[in-house]
Amino acid sequence: MSKKSFRQALNEAMRQEMERDPTVIMMGEDIAGGMGAKGEQDAWGDVLGASKGLLPKFGRERIYDTPISESAFIGAAAGAAINGLRPVAQLMFVDFFGVCGDQIINQMAKFRYMFGGKATTPVVIRTLFGAGLRAASQHSQCLYPVFTHIPGLKVVIPSSPYEAKGLMIQSIRDDDPVIFFEHKAMYADTDEVPDESYTIPLGKANVSRRGTDVTIVAIGRMVKFSIQAAEALAKENIKCTVIDPRTTSPLDTATILESVAQTGRLVIVDEASPRCNVATDISAMVAQSAFKSLKAPIRMVTPPHTPVPFAGELEDLYVPNPARIQAVVSEVVRYH
Amino acid sequence: MQLSRDDLTNAYTKMRTIRVFEERVHKEFATGQIPGFVHLYAGEEASAIGVCMQLNGVDYITSTHRGHGHCIGKGCDVGGMMKEIYGRQDGLCKGKGGSMHIADVSKGMLGANGIVGGGPPLACGAALAAKQRKTGGVAVAFFGDGAFNQGTTLEAMNFASVYQLPVFFVLEDNGYAESTSSDWSIGGHNPVLRARGFGIPGERVDGHDFFAVYRAAKEAIDRIREGGGPQFLHIEFTRYYGHFEGDAMTYRPPGEVTEERNFLDCLSFFRARVTSGGLLENNALDQIDRNITQLIDKTVADAKAAAPPQASELTTDVYQSY
Repeated sequence: MSKKSFRQALNEAMRQEMERDPTVIMMGEDIAGGMGAKGEQDAWGDVLGASKGLLPKFGRERIYDTPISESAFIGAAAGAAINGLRPVAQLMFVDFFGVCGDQIINQMAKFRYMFGGKATTPVVIRTLFGAGLRAASQHSQCLYPVFTHIPGLKVVIPSSPYEAKGLMIQSIRDDDPVIFFEHKAMYADTDEVPDESYTIPLGKANVSRRGTDVTIVAIGRMVKFSIQAAEALAKENIKCTVIDPRTTSPLDTATILESVAQTGRLVIVDEASPRCNVATDISAMVAQSAFKSLKAPIRMVTPPHTPVPFAGELEDLYVPNPARIQAVVSEVVRYH
Repeated sequence: MQLSRDDLTNAYTKMRTIRVFEERVHKEFATGQIPGFVHLYAGEEASAIGVCMQLNGVDYITSTHRGHGHCIGKGCDVGGMMKEIYGRQDGLCKGKGGSMHIADVSKGMLGANGIVGGGPPLACGAALAAKQRKTGGVAVAFFGDGAFNQGTTLEAMNFASVYQLPVFFVLEDNGYAESTSSDWSIGGHNPVLRARGFGIPGERVDGHDFFAVYRAAKEAIDRIREGGGPQFLHIEFTRYYGHFEGDAMTYRPPGEVTEERNFLDCLSFFRARVTSGGLLENNALDQIDRNITQLIDKTVADAKAAAPPQASELTTDVYQSY
């Protein structure tokens, strides 16, 4: 056990799985960096450095730096997955899904069903997401609701370095296509992370904090913000449960419903655009399944329905923050 | 090919403006005051200017991550650009786009682009509109060696060929797609032959030589305007900075950039050519340099002093009506 960053936790997870299983390969743009160039090989280790050091250890036979051809390499990862390999392909920023959506949505997601259960597609698409870095409209989106919508895909969104390692190892071992979301504003976050390999099951929520007044369900980076809000609210004697679903598909509805049955109040914090996002999905599920438990209207904390702006002054207004979460939770708790 | 004194002065002024603009953004970015991702065009000036000098008000361009040079080439306001890069209310895109999405549709500049290969299909559409509306307009798709391997670019080339659209496909090959060598990533290693496979004629030019780019672009765009259909140009040069600001560029061999700057710089090459040929004088060029430095100093000071967007701007401009 030692302090590790989100980046280091991911690196360790991928390295340990590649050591354990020779069928694990990696593909992506600049995942080593310097391909064909005269300078340093492994110059980048992907755009934020999470796969740095894997090339010297595993070589070009297992680490495929690709041309900038997302349709080709994401599709190739799916094709390799149904033929005996376990590719971990990096779609650098999830926004680039727009370039290669067919291979994810129409191909890998549907192989198993369309082929009558006779295909297995153990592929992981790791991808950066989220606002906060002034990266503007085409490099900041939270597109996990899009993938959550697609049957056949699993969607994993770790909320800390510890979660990132265990969920990545499980995702690589999983036999279905997994879209693995890494929030780029969390890369430098640190956490106690075991050195040895471990897994966290997909579809099992983590209850980060327990309280009897209100349930907060939060996704990805919003988990940390919600815990901060809950800590502030505790000083006002408002006791919050904070649930991190970890995966939006499958979704651990039981843990959420159990908590709402106890608190009767629900706030969902989702960094994705507010229409048809995970917050609306969970709201609908709770409204249908736990109507009689509710003591107050369900509330969502999300960005507005706009693209992600560039200017810092606007982006800071766009992204939900602990103060906004705290304010909404206070209102929900005071509702009678 | 005869360039007038005015043409030469204009070419030098614009290339120099790009260079000083980019060198200054590099310096200011290092101070931490410029937010987000910035990709600089220094070293590639002969392409934007050699091509854009053939264009006029009815023509369009699409651009790349590395779009500042194309903006200046197509006549975007330099002060508005700098303010946009700083995320200011008065920026070209009201501070909502930033460096990677800088655009001025009124000038026919359809945007820098955060998506590799995002531009070429858009250029096809602009060309289709120009053709249908009989404006005589041409669309130029600037794209990099990385985008040359994207399906979008290859589909756009086929599309333009099938419909014989007035599109000029300009491959700006600076040697590296992010950190990956274009010598490796472009299968077949012959972009001109690849274009020919789509029925699109083209040639390769040395991008350090403004006059070579100007000549090739002029010939290609003349052919397009005469109804000759899409054309292709492969321009080879290097960039002086990283893929993005902050890229340590360890994938490049030591000394590569210094060597390019010392021996293959397009601005030095231009100056030597026009002064030795008696076309322009050193002191006139020096005066241009001083004027541009002053201009860029002012744009930076203005941008720093400019107001950020109002909070109410967060939810405007999403739809025309809603």
